[in-house]
Amino acid sequence: MDVKWTRKDLLSIYDLSAEEITLILDTAAEFKKVSQRKIKKVPALRGKTVVNLFVEPSTRTRTSFELAEQRLSADIINIAADSSSLRKGETLLDTVKNIEALQVDLIVMRHSAAGAPNFLAPRVRPGIVNAGDGAHSHPTQALLDLFTIREKKGTFKGLNVSIIGDILHSRVARSNMWGLLKLGANVTFGGPSTLNPKAFEKVGVRVCHNMKDALEGADVVNLLRIQHERQRSGFFPSVSEYSKVFGLNPDSAKYLKPDALIMHPGPINRGVELDSSLADGPQSVILEQVTNGLAVRMAVLFLVAGCLK
Amino acid sequence: MNYILENARVIDPVQNIDSAGDIAVCDGRIADPATMPAGTERIDLKGKVVAPGFIDLHVHLRHPGKTQAETIHTGTLAAAAGGFTSIVAMPNTSPAADNPGTIHFVLTHAEREGVVKVLPCGAMTKNLEGKEMSSIGSLKAAGAVALSDDGRCVQDHQLMRHIVHYSRTFDLPILDHCGDLLLEAEGVMHEGEWSVLLGMKGMPSAAEELMIYRDIILSRMTNWKIHIQHVSAKESVAILRQARRDGIRVTGEATPHHISLTDVEIKRFDSNYKMNPPLRSEEDRLALLEGLADDTLTVIATDHAPHTATEKMVEFDYAPFGIIGLETAVQICMTELYHKGVLSLPHLISKLTKGPAEVLGLDIGNLKTGNPADITILDPDRETVVDPDQFKSKSRNTPFAGYRAKGCAIGTIVNGKFVHRAF
Repeated sequence: MDVKWTRKDLLSIYDLSAEEITLILDTAAEFKKVSQRKIKKVPALRGKTVVNLFVEPSTRTRTSFELAEQRLSADIINIAADSSSLRKGETLLDTVKNIEALQVDLIVMRHSAAGAPNFLAPRVRPGIVNAGDGAHSHPTQALLDLFTIREKKGTFKGLNVSIIGDILHSRVARSNMWGLLKLGANVTFGGPSTLNPKAFEKVGVRVCHNMKDALEGADVVNLLRIQHERQRSGFFPSVSEYSKVFGLNPDSAKYLKPDALIMHPGPINRGVELDSSLADGPQSVILEQVTNGLAVRMAVLFLVAGCLK
Repeated sequence: MNYILENARVIDPVQNIDSAGDIAVCDGRIADPATMPAGTERIDLKGKVVAPGFIDLHVHLRHPGKTQAETIHTGTLAAAAGGFTSIVAMPNTSPAADNPGTIHFVLTHAEREGVVKVLPCGAMTKNLEGKEMSSIGSLKAAGAVALSDDGRCVQDHQLMRHIVHYSRTFDLPILDHCGDLLLEAEGVMHEGEWSVLLGMKGMPSAAEELMIYRDIILSRMTNWKIHIQHVSAKESVAILRQARRDGIRVTGEATPHHISLTDVEIKRFDSNYKMNPPLRSEEDRLALLEGLADDTLTVIATDHAPHTATEKMVEFDYAPFGIIGLETAVQICMTELYHKGVLSLPHLISKLTKGPAEVLGLDIGNLKTGNPADITILDPDRETVVDPDQFKSKSRNTPFAGYRAKGCAIGTIVNGKFVHRAF
């Protein structure tokens, strides 16, 4: 395959071709080997400065990016801004223009507003890597999920992947959906009707509102964290009902193929969307996802840094 | 200055005129060309259209309160450049036009620095809060021509019922922005396929429909006129069509942007596509065209909503709703409605003259002899490209930069005086 990476930004999986996604996964496989060496650091981004701009709090994604940047020998600055205080004072564009003026090379950003990185990318010189924007997009999470699936299953063609939970508010579900569809997998969304809109059928997703239909024949199941505030907003009656009807437990897991992978982007609500026995069981690849996240983020940073002017 | 506009196609939907002919202007009024003395200046308008001055029922002039985005002067300059001779100024200024003083302020400034005629609209409720009725009788006495809480639909049905009923006594039509605030809470775009794919909070069509149903019921109860502002959803058109067949006194308007754009544009995350009501689906857009064609919707209005670049250059979620429209409306309507065969020229002109005049119940928007000479001259075939840098408006928040149009207003005449002349 002969595809070249030409983007200074990684904004969403929706923008990428299947070949570009595969290129990232192949590059990540090389970086995964690096992470298994005794000396885990490479000089790929030496002399480059990366700013981690987190306008929405994050622990795991930020830690993963930060470690990836360190392993690539980049210089790092962390900026945590509360979006509400940012709104009162400086605009986001001004904040990023100021960062640009410091001759920074890459900005890894997390933001609570959908499209914030898409808004910035054409207006600034540094490369923008989206670390999650609202319910819109979380490309590196999708890429690490894809990497994990490919590592375990070998191929995406014809693979049945079910994503279960609060699809409506999930950037992880959307990014996984675009990636899986582009690579030839069959995608099913499961969850309560109030959180799992039928409109996804228009792009080829199977949308199910009961667990039997959602899980039957699945090669992979990816559980999404259910947030308590959705109950308060009236999307479902209670967490305990959610867990009984839409949680993955040994009862509902029997619909899966026997060798199905169990995935979760974390953090897990044990006993709510996912029973502990399954989270810790032999089919679970949840911690491998975390390991692979590091390799995928190294690959993404390496590729976009190669396209900076 | 007296003159005769000659050799034009004269179209006046109010008088049912569509013929080749001349229109004379004498002492600022429409006159019979036969009565003009020999030697009167003659302006040759062969191939052009002479129409009554266009009326925009829905304009935000931002004055008083947000003059960094627009003023009565710049807003009326923009109206003149776009072909409008009368504009209805929405009351959501700061302070709001919920009191005679603010109406007086608007009229005074319009008199002093206005380029076209400004017809002020009063607020239905105090400070547009939807809680207490404003002093409707005093607003009328001060010069308000209609009532609206545009941008903030009154949610309390009992209060709304009283407002509609009370307004009837003062002959003030209600212009209502219909939206159920709970159904569309936190929404930034149309709820549909694209909001789901993009992960953005949607404003369902149902929020608009629900309040249009409410208004139809209140109009029937009170036997008074309610005009539905910027109708955007397919279902809304169907509801209005039925109500009008039933003889209920409701009318509706469509905006140039809702008839030409859809929610697919939101994937650019450009806040110049953010407005309320939002751009909806292609089905909705087509339903608006049908609504215009069968006169369910008798008015085209811009919802000209200026915002500064600073306000708009932010994350989509945080940007204010609204786009400007005075200087692009006629170009878009000529291109999308006339040249694409949706409306004949007289029918399109009626949406900008007869339709709004009927909503207001005023003897404007016609070329009757003796009336003030408010005239719009169209070149139906002139090709232009929208260039926001040329706008007279103080603001530039338009999604139509670069839009290729066929047909535009080349002349605007107010009380006999050219306030825009591009020929």
